[in-house]
Amino acid sequence: MPLSPGLVGDLQRILGPEGLVLSHEGRLVYECDMHTFYKGAPDAVALPSTTAEVVAIVRLCREARVPIVPRGSGTGLIGGAMAPSGGVMVGLNRMNRILEVDLPNRCATVQPGLINLSLTKAVEARGWFFAPDPSSQMVSSIGGNVSTNAGGPHCLKYGITSNHVLGLELVTGRGELVTLGGKVADHPGYDLTGVAVGSEGTFGLVTAITVRLVHVAQAVKTILASFADLEDASEAVSAIIAAGIVPAALEMLDELMIRAINEGTGAGYPKDAAAVLLIELDGPAEEVEAQGERAARICWERGALEVRVAQDAAERALLWKGRKEAAGAVGRLAPTYLLQDAVVPRSKLPAIMRELGAIGARHGVQIANVFHAGDGNLHPLILYDDRNPDELERAKAANEELLHACIAMGGTVTGEHGVGLDKAKNLPLQYGDADLNFMYRLRGVFDPQRLMNPKKLLPAHPACGEGWRPPRPRLPEGAWI
Amino acid sequence: MEQTLGAFRGPDAPDLDELRTCVHCGICLPQCPTYRVLGEEMDSPRGRIYLMRAAAEGRIGLTPTFAHHLDLCLGCRACETACPSGVKFGSLLEATRIQLRRHGPPPRHRRLEDVILSVFPEPARLGVALAAFRLYRRSGLRRLVRATRVLRPFPRLAALEALLDDVPAAESLPPLIPARGTARGRVGLLTGCVQRHLYPGVNRDTARLLALAGYEVVVPRAQGCCGALELHAGRAEAFRSRARALAAAFPDDLDFVVANAAGCGSAMKEYGRWLPATAGFAARVRDVAEVLVEADLPLGPLPLTVTYHDACHLAHGQRVRQAPRALLRRIPGLTLVELGDSDLCCGSAGVYNLLEPALARELLALKVARIVETGARVVATGNPGCLLQIAQGCRQRGLDVTLVHPVELLARAVAVRAAGRRGASAPPSEASETD
Repeated sequence: MPLSPGLVGDLQRILGPEGLVLSHEGRLVYECDMHTFYKGAPDAVALPSTTAEVVAIVRLCREARVPIVPRGSGTGLIGGAMAPSGGVMVGLNRMNRILEVDLPNRCATVQPGLINLSLTKAVEARGWFFAPDPSSQMVSSIGGNVSTNAGGPHCLKYGITSNHVLGLELVTGRGELVTLGGKVADHPGYDLTGVAVGSEGTFGLVTAITVRLVHVAQAVKTILASFADLEDASEAVSAIIAAGIVPAALEMLDELMIRAINEGTGAGYPKDAAAVLLIELDGPAEEVEAQGERAARICWERGALEVRVAQDAAERALLWKGRKEAAGAVGRLAPTYLLQDAVVPRSKLPAIMRELGAIGARHGVQIANVFHAGDGNLHPLILYDDRNPDELERAKAANEELLHACIAMGGTVTGEHGVGLDKAKNLPLQYGDADLNFMYRLRGVFDPQRLMNPKKLLPAHPACGEGWRPPRPRLPEGAWI
Repeated sequence: MEQTLGAFRGPDAPDLDELRTCVHCGICLPQCPTYRVLGEEMDSPRGRIYLMRAAAEGRIGLTPTFAHHLDLCLGCRACETACPSGVKFGSLLEATRIQLRRHGPPPRHRRLEDVILSVFPEPARLGVALAAFRLYRRSGLRRLVRATRVLRPFPRLAALEALLDDVPAAESLPPLIPARGTARGRVGLLTGCVQRHLYPGVNRDTARLLALAGYEVVVPRAQGCCGALELHAGRAEAFRSRARALAAAFPDDLDFVVANAAGCGSAMKEYGRWLPATAGFAARVRDVAEVLVEADLPLGPLPLTVTYHDACHLAHGQRVRQAPRALLRRIPGLTLVELGDSDLCCGSAGVYNLLEPALARELLALKVARIVETGARVVATGNPGCLLQIAQGCRQRGLDVTLVHPVELLARAVAVRAAGRRGASAPPSEASETD
C-alpha cells in the first residue's frame, strides 16, 4: 500500500530531499539483504542522521499505522532487512559515528550504523578491540550485530554480542526514547539491555549502543591444519576442546569452500584437503605456546596432512581474510544458495557431517561448509541455480531435512544469524507454545501496534497472522524422520 | 533480429552471468567512495549491480533515475578489489553506460560532456585549448575572474577553471630513444593526451628511465588517445575507433607498450574485451612501474618524506600496488609513509570532477585530510588526473605539498647519482658498479 501524501510530505520535511528515497529504482535495491531469496521493497526508505529524526519517523509512522523496517548495512542472512509488508525502511547507516571512547571504563558508545570493524580500527592502536567479529564485520553495522545478537569466530572464547553490550538507547515502537542499561555493569531492576539485544528491530530502533572493549592478548597464534577426511577434522575439534583448550576461534572449512576461497582471496589454503581447521589461540605467551603445541599434536594424532603456524601478522591476516570472505566467495561456485545456521552439540560434529553428505547426495545438491566448529555452529551453504526451479525445490528440501537432522541431534535452529523471516517458521521446533505466547506479549510492551519489523522473529499465526496461539497439531509425529 | 536482455538491447549488453556472480554480501560497500559520501544503497556497487540486474531481467527500464545512479559511479573499481566473488564491475559499468548512451535518456550534462570529449582526447585541440588557458592565466584575466567570482553560477566551469594552475610549454620526444647500457628490449611509449600537454616532464622522465633500464624506446608520432574517457562515457564507437588506431600506431615487435597514466594503461590492458583483434596489443601493455621495478636503476639520495596515493586505475584497475612503492623505497634517503585510505578515489576519475564537481570536492577533501595526517610534503601518484585533482585540493587548502609522478622522483634520484659521479667526490664503491 503506497504511503499517504501527507506522511510522505511530513517525512520529507524532517529528512530533506536527500534523506528519503521514493523512486521505484531506489526502493527496489532495498528489497533484500544478503538473503536474496526473500524480497519485499519498502514504500519509502528513510535515511536519518540524528536520533531526533528517528524519533520523528517512528511517531509519524505510528500515527499513520505504517510498518517500520530497520536496516544497517544489509548483510543479514535471515531476510531481516527487507519489507514483506511494505512501509518505511529506516536505513541507519548514516548514523555511523563513534560518540565516545572511554578506555578507563573499557567501553565505547557508538551510533548503530557504525561498521563493526571501524570500532576496532579506532582503538587497536591503543591495544583494544571490539570482540564480536561476525564474518561480515568489515561491512556489517554494530546496530545490525546488536539486532541479531551476532556471533563470530572469536565468540568461542569471548562470547557473543549480548555479552558485549552494556547499554542501549532505543526508540520504542511507541515512539518513546528510552535508555536501557549503561556503562556501569550493575543496573537495578530488569536487564532490559539483555532483552533488547537480539530483538531484531521488533521492539524499536536502536540509536546508540554502549559496548564493552577488550584488551588484546599478549600473544596470538593461528594454526592451519588440513585433513584428508572431514570426520577426522571434526574429531580433532572435539578432542581439542575436550583437552581443556579454549581457543579464541576454531573454524572448519570443507573442500568446496576451500576452492572458492582460494580463488576468491588467494588465501593459500591447502588445495587437496577435504577439510581445513583454523585454530587461533590467544593469551599469555607461554600459555599460547604450550596450547599451540598440544593442539598441533592432537591434529597430527587425528591424521592431519599438514599443520602450519602463521609466521607473522600478514600471514594470519590472510588466513582470516579467506575465512571471513567465505560467504562472499561462494558466488564463484553458484549464483545462489540457502544458508543454514543450525547448531549441534559439538560431540555430534562427526555424525552431522556424515549426515550432511548423505542429505546432499540424496537431493543431488552441492553443500559447501564453513563454520564455527568450536561452537558446533554449522553454516552449510546449499548451492543452487535459481533459474532452475527443480534445483531450488531440491535445495529447499535438503535445507529442511538438514535442519531437522540438527534438531534431532539436540541442536537449535539458529546460532548467530538471527531469526528474521527465514527462521521464524522454525521457532516452534525450538520453543513451546507458552514460550512463544510470552514472547509475543513482551513484544507488545515495546510495540503494541506491531508495526516494528513485522513478520520477523516470531512466527505468524496461520490464521490471523498475528499473535501466537498453539496451532494444532503442533507437529505431526515423524514429520521429519 | 536484435537481441534483447530485459531493458538492454543489441551488442555490448552487460553479461547476465557476470551480474549473477554478485551474492549481495556488501563487502564492497565501505570501499565505495560514493556510498561513503552518500550512504545510499543505489549509490553503492551492490546497489548498482542490483539495478543493472533488474534492468537485465526487465524489472526496470533505462530510466533517468537508473542513469543517474550509474552516472554517479566514479568507475574507480575499488569494489572489484574488495569483491570475494570476483565480479568484474568495471566492464559491467562500461557495458551499461554503452547501453544508456544508445538506448537511454540523454546524459544530464550532455553538452559539457560533448565539449570535454571533443577536446581532451584530441591532442591538437587540447594543445590549442591549453595555450588559450595559458594566455588567460598570464594576462591577468584569471585574477579578474576569480576576484569577481563570475563563474559562481557555473559550478562545472568553475571546477575546470580551478583545476588548472599553470600549463607548461609544449615539448615533444624524439621518435626513437636508444637504450643505454645492456639492451633488455624494445618498448613503445604512450604519450597520452593530458599527460603530453600538462606533464611533459613525466613523459620525458619515463623515456629516460626506460632507456636507462636498457630499453630502446619507440615514441610513435601518429599515436592518439587511448579512448578511456569515451569508454567510460559509454561512447563505444568512438572508443573502438581510437583503440583500433592506437593499437595500429605501435609496431608489432615491441616487448611492452608502456603507459605512465593509470587510466590509459587500465583501458588499454582491457582492449581485448571490446575489440578482440587488439588482444595481442593489450597483452603487451604495462604500467611504467611494472617495467622499471624489474630494472636496476642507479639512484642517488633524495632526503624526502613522500607519501603515495594509489590511482584507482593502477591499484584497482591493474592491480599494481607494490611496484611503485618498491621503486620509491629504493631511493636512498627517501622515507615512504603510508597514506590512510590510499586507494580511496580522489574524485578526479577521468572527467568526473568536471561533471560532478560537488561529490568530487567531498572526496578530494577526504583525500587532502589524510595527506595532512602523513606530514609528507611530497605526494606521488601514477595518474595525471589524480595529480591535477590532488594538487588543486592542496593548493586550495594552502598546503605546501608537491604532487609528483613516481618517475619524476626516480629521474631526480638518477640525476643526483649522476651529478655525484661526475663530481670528484664520488665514492669509489659507486664507480666500481656496472650499470
